[in-house]
Amino acid sequence: MSRVMLRRLAVSALALLATLPLARAADTPFKIGYLEWSDDPRYRTERTKAQFPLQPWGRPLAGAEQAIKETSFAGAQLKLKFELDKREGADSAALAEAVKAMVAAGTHYVIVDADGPVLADLAKRSASLAVTLLNISAQDDVLRGASCSSKLLHVIPNQAMLTDALAQYLVLRRWANVLVLKGPNPADDAFAAAWTRSAKRFGLKIVDTRPFRIGLDPRERELNNLQLLTGSKDYDAVFIADADGEFARNVPYQTAKPRVVVGASGLVADAWHWSWERDGARQLNNRLIKTAGRQVTSYDWAAWMAVKSVVEAVVRAGTPDYTKSYAYLRGPDIVLDGFKGFRMGYRPWDGQLRQPMLLNTGNWAIAIAPIEGFLDPVNNLDTLGFDARETACPKAQAFGANK
Amino acid sequence: MSNRLITLALLAALPTVQAGKLYVSSEKDHLVTVFDSTSLKVLSKIKTGDKPRELVFSPDSKKLYVACGEGSRIDIIDTATDKVVGKLNVGEDPERFVFSPDGKTVWATLEEDGLVSATDVASGKRLAEVPVGEEPEGILMTPDGKTVYATSEVANTVHVIDVASKTIKANIPVGNRPRRFALTADGAQLWVSNELSGTLSIIDTRTNAVIGEIKFEPKGFRAEDITPVGILMTKDGSTAYVTMGSANHIAKVDVKARSVAGYLLTGGRPWGIALSKDEKTLYVTNGQSDDMAVIDTSSFKVTRAVPAGRVPYTVGVLE
Repeated sequence: MSRVMLRRLAVSALALLATLPLARAADTPFKIGYLEWSDDPRYRTERTKAQFPLQPWGRPLAGAEQAIKETSFAGAQLKLKFELDKREGADSAALAEAVKAMVAAGTHYVIVDADGPVLADLAKRSASLAVTLLNISAQDDVLRGASCSSKLLHVIPNQAMLTDALAQYLVLRRWANVLVLKGPNPADDAFAAAWTRSAKRFGLKIVDTRPFRIGLDPRERELNNLQLLTGSKDYDAVFIADADGEFARNVPYQTAKPRVVVGASGLVADAWHWSWERDGARQLNNRLIKTAGRQVTSYDWAAWMAVKSVVEAVVRAGTPDYTKSYAYLRGPDIVLDGFKGFRMGYRPWDGQLRQPMLLNTGNWAIAIAPIEGFLDPVNNLDTLGFDARETACPKAQAFGANK
Repeated sequence: MSNRLITLALLAALPTVQAGKLYVSSEKDHLVTVFDSTSLKVLSKIKTGDKPRELVFSPDSKKLYVACGEGSRIDIIDTATDKVVGKLNVGEDPERFVFSPDGKTVWATLEEDGLVSATDVASGKRLAEVPVGEEPEGILMTPDGKTVYATSEVANTVHVIDVASKTIKANIPVGNRPRRFALTADGAQLWVSNELSGTLSIIDTRTNAVIGEIKFEPKGFRAEDITPVGILMTKDGSTAYVTMGSANHIAKVDVKARSVAGYLLTGGRPWGIALSKDEKTLYVTNGQSDDMAVIDTSSFKVTRAVPAGRVPYTVGVLE
């Protein structure tokens, strides 16, 4: 063990000792629920090991745990001790039971790590409960639109935010003509639809949309051969609408023409990246990586941010009372620090956390969106994703009336 | 000819100004640039460790201590020769630091480890390590040397550390991402800049309670661009100057009235700020326009701006 490590250990031991008197026995526990969908296929080892861009590289629980560690001073003032109540369920019915039990025990904020369809069903099943579900891993646009719910707050960005960030960057570079390659799954359709919307919004031209299918079958070479998929027409960039990531990783450097690849590989827009150094991000990444024991992704950051959101609302409201902290959390005064430079808060119309996007090339975040020059009349962060005018959330008007 | 005579006559009429020096650290070219404070001519460029940021003079002004962001280095510059003459280790990643009034101890915020450390300057021995909230930044010691205040950017807290027992005696919640401090002349109020909230929190130092807040709203800027960081107060405690970061302005604050008396455009992302001894001149380093603005405090106008290295950070005045 190196001297530095020994010293760090000694320092952590010191830190532990010194914080003990702060965590007084009299402090009341304030529980934040943490719910995992145990059968989530995104966390199969062969997938997390592959470290696909835009996919989780492991369960994001460590992010929430790290955030809890950072609350000792914030909670002390209110004599609260923030804790996680971690549970899991095999399907949305089981998850709904867990939410019910948590609410009965006085927990009103529950962080949920599940995919879009499971989360949508869980929100429906929890409609009558005094609970806010914080979404940290479902990026589906529909959860912020037609299937929006007053029970949901979305910490993780939706796909339209990612594609808007990429579109702004392509406009900046004047790479206006884009070839789209689209996978066979409904999630790929959604990703492509998000891109189509962004391209239109920012004046990019989609020269063609071609379906791909992963495989080596020579009879399907029009679908699986990159030389054919990216041949004939000219373009400035290829957008890969691949919600899975396995096909996308093959595309850079294998296109018929020497062109950039964006979307699910190449240049990727994401909520977070381990290489981000500005705005104090280097220190946050160091802490997250230490707790998680691996490189971190947007999902880990979102779990961290979810806890931070709840704690900030409770501390600023000055009370553990759910109604009051919820009003603050959803209100215009909250200032959330996501270590991306901008002050952040939740959109009143669909519960999405407004936030900058980081554009990364795999090992470096080369730019942050909103790209300079893209302006919104109220908040430039609303140039990413669904703004107040565009929202398809039918409950937009009723938001804030949640109890 | 007559013009020159008038100039000469004017010069003769001015009180003799003690020649002084300005020291400006610049992060990206790893330099401390030394300026003549009157002519603003560059006297020398001192190569330091990587990413020099915070500058602090020893209480006798004979040494200038420079925190270098990469590694755990504080370089020591002899202010007579303007050469690096030594190093001090106060712990990993020192962010900001202060001297005890007797000059014997350095108190520093250590960003990476979430600690405030105390180090004996002569021996380099660590006297204390006080765990605080994540990413400690601003640090201030009271003139009596009894109390140290430190901000945690993550915990949104000001920690009050008792020097004698080397323990935290209070934690005060303030605005978001608290950065730096100024103490009123009578020591009764501690002012804290909150970068992300765009505000100052005012703390009563007897009760350790926040008793006021000042919000900055320079015209034409959105809330997210108003990011106050640097702050100082005049000796009589009547005026505070605050750098507004992304809003490219500094603010002049009437301390008693707790109201903003004016804003002044200084350059790209002003952070560092220092006053001349006579308080007639204010120096501001602009991190995103690579220059230093010189401000006449009576007219509250920028009189000059000079290049000051790549990403200038702190300015120190030696007179």
